[in-house]
Amino acid sequence: MLKVIQNRREQGYRTTKYPEEPINLYSRYRGLPTVHQDCDQELAHRCAEDCPQQAIDADRMIIDLGRCTFCGQCEIQSDGKFVTFSNNFELGTTTREALLTSGSLPALAEHSKKHFKSLFGRSLQLRQISAGGCNSCEADTNVLGTPFFDLQRFGIDFVASPRHADGIHVTGPISNNMKAAVLSTWEAVPAPKVVIASGCCSISGGPFYGSKDIVGDLNSLIPVDLYIPGCPPHPLTTLHALLQFFK
Amino acid sequence: MDNLLLIQNGQAVSRNDIPDLNFSVFQQVVLEFVLRDGFVVQFFAYENEQGALKLLAVLRSGVNLYVTGCSLADEYPSLTSECEKFHMFEREVAEQFGVRPKDHPWLKMVRYHENYRGKEDVFGNDYSQDIPGNYPYFTVEGDAIHEVAVGPVHAGIIEPGHFRFQCAGEEVFSLEIQLGYQHRGAEKLLEQAGQPLLRLPVIAESIAGDTAIGHSLCHSQAIEALAGLEVDEGSKIVRTIALELERIANHIGDLGALSGDVAFNPPLNYFGRIRGEFLNLTLIMAGNRFGKGLVRPGGIAFPVLEEQRRIMLEKITDETPGITNVCDLLFSAHTVLARFDHTGTVSHSVAEKLGLVGYAGRACGLAYDARINFPTEAYDSVQANSNQRTTGDVYSRANVRREEIMHSLRAIPELLVKGVDAEPVPVPGSYTLAPDSFVVTVNEAWRGEVSHCLLTDKDGAILRYKVKDPSFHNWTGLAMSLRNQGISDFPLCNKSFNLSYCGFDL
Repeated sequence: MLKVIQNRREQGYRTTKYPEEPINLYSRYRGLPTVHQDCDQELAHRCAEDCPQQAIDADRMIIDLGRCTFCGQCEIQSDGKFVTFSNNFELGTTTREALLTSGSLPALAEHSKKHFKSLFGRSLQLRQISAGGCNSCEADTNVLGTPFFDLQRFGIDFVASPRHADGIHVTGPISNNMKAAVLSTWEAVPAPKVVIASGCCSISGGPFYGSKDIVGDLNSLIPVDLYIPGCPPHPLTTLHALLQFFK
Repeated sequence: MDNLLLIQNGQAVSRNDIPDLNFSVFQQVVLEFVLRDGFVVQFFAYENEQGALKLLAVLRSGVNLYVTGCSLADEYPSLTSECEKFHMFEREVAEQFGVRPKDHPWLKMVRYHENYRGKEDVFGNDYSQDIPGNYPYFTVEGDAIHEVAVGPVHAGIIEPGHFRFQCAGEEVFSLEIQLGYQHRGAEKLLEQAGQPLLRLPVIAESIAGDTAIGHSLCHSQAIEALAGLEVDEGSKIVRTIALELERIANHIGDLGALSGDVAFNPPLNYFGRIRGEFLNLTLIMAGNRFGKGLVRPGGIAFPVLEEQRRIMLEKITDETPGITNVCDLLFSAHTVLARFDHTGTVSHSVAEKLGLVGYAGRACGLAYDARINFPTEAYDSVQANSNQRTTGDVYSRANVRREEIMHSLRAIPELLVKGVDAEPVPVPGSYTLAPDSFVVTVNEAWRGEVSHCLLTDKDGAILRYKVKDPSFHNWTGLAMSLRNQGISDFPLCNKSFNLSYCGFDL
């Protein structure tokens, strides 16, 4: 018992004040990129050609955050002249199109599906489905339950059964072998229900695009309401998206 | 040893130097080697340029690594019937290439996909129905027997897999673990013709995201060997630190989760927070909490300079006393000990027969640690770790992890103060692979032995890319740990192994 008290004293209170107070991630964190429109076209095309994720459209000067793994190659390759990644972790969108960006995203809170705010704004229970996820999206979602983020203080929780859930949160490129399980979990959630695609895998297949063993796009199976890009999304990216979309 | 070619970890050899035996000689050599005191690192098939099917075995014994090969017919006498270590490997070969190992005691699909050669399916599946397709689960018959089916979707935020228990009351007689739900076709994607090599590190990092550094190290070392790239000392140190940070973060998270599984909440919460601190240290180096983007063929993609070194050193110094104290809290709570002790025991002899690796093996007294036996990167200068208790139960698996955390916490500052600024490699790199070559890389990632194997054709294109995650060996260990256990101990046993679903499913 003494050890419990002693450790409690040493560990202290560690929960972040976000979103009341801003939080700054280390400068090296790669969040929302900016595509510099004045960049030399040849350099832009070279970066686009070498992008492992084929996420860059050099003609339109945009990056597809639904494909991007934020590896930072284009920033290094162009020495920051074509793309720079910022510290901004607020990346969630309500449409796939909005993820094709040159550096700004629509304000997430102002979406058209207002009924989700009135239905789930005070209490949101989600069923998580890993469908071919590599366990980094899963791990950085799980971490929202730790004392630093403490997701439950917002009335949001991940639950053990789809019957208890208001929606599904899907990670992974939807392996063919998980397709049936995703659909039956989705069907088991009582309506009205929400669908969240988390991580570039569930949005575009991520690093596994082109594989014949995956579906590669959750939206092709079930209409997606909220997109959270990243590889994986930073826990704060997910936290921000959930708070803005539902609160 | 004419029939086995001695090779070095991460050094390419010509494919022509690999013995090409006839099957019966291969079988005799490989079985003799493994039954004596050897272990299987890789065992896989590939089609050569002429379309002939070949089988390769990479074996280890002590600090020696060997390779040998043979031609493979559509049917061959199974090695598993003589030696359990081949069990999953032979099932994998059967599934990937439509080859039947005769008299295999449990010839069931591994990941549920069509074979690569368009041959008749060994398991009688046409893949029109959902996984697991056409194969019954192992059953125990009797009036008092009941069956419990769990998954693929589980109750937490966790990857999918199916567990089938045969029980009498609370007692588990048998657990069968059916995976494959996570199969993404990773190997096929890695060896896809015509794609730029630049794509491969991104795929390798996502084979198992919690082992992003382990797998990307194996990948990069293989490319470095085939492309003749030199890695400077500073980058080697950074990559070693990254692998140790990955180990600490995962072990700490799991010790917390184990504590939560026995309803002792303080360490669950403290370790949950502390794990995040170590992911954030990886972010300091890599810009990503899992280290994705950091390791690239030739070195590292981001410089690690005085500022990053200082932040890491300070953080580790700050957190170490707290980790020591929370470990002490966990391992001295009698309610915890009562649940950890003598639960989920895998005996030394069973572990050896199955060829368990990593902490799961070390907890059973199999000392193998690739950092010691086949050192890469800066591991030559890292002192070996040792384990005090190796009784094969949940307690030993937890305690081995505690010892590894403390070992890594000592090793990282020693590496950091070596003071070598690591300069990044040019990104994107440009390189060509040596033709007609073979390389195997082995690293001790946090779960154990990760290994990648590459074969190139006469033009230097990738002919075969074989990946092995330590979970490929260890899932069978988890199944064995449940024999005659209470079914309510499953979560605890499972977490004490904490194996990768996607690393197994590829």
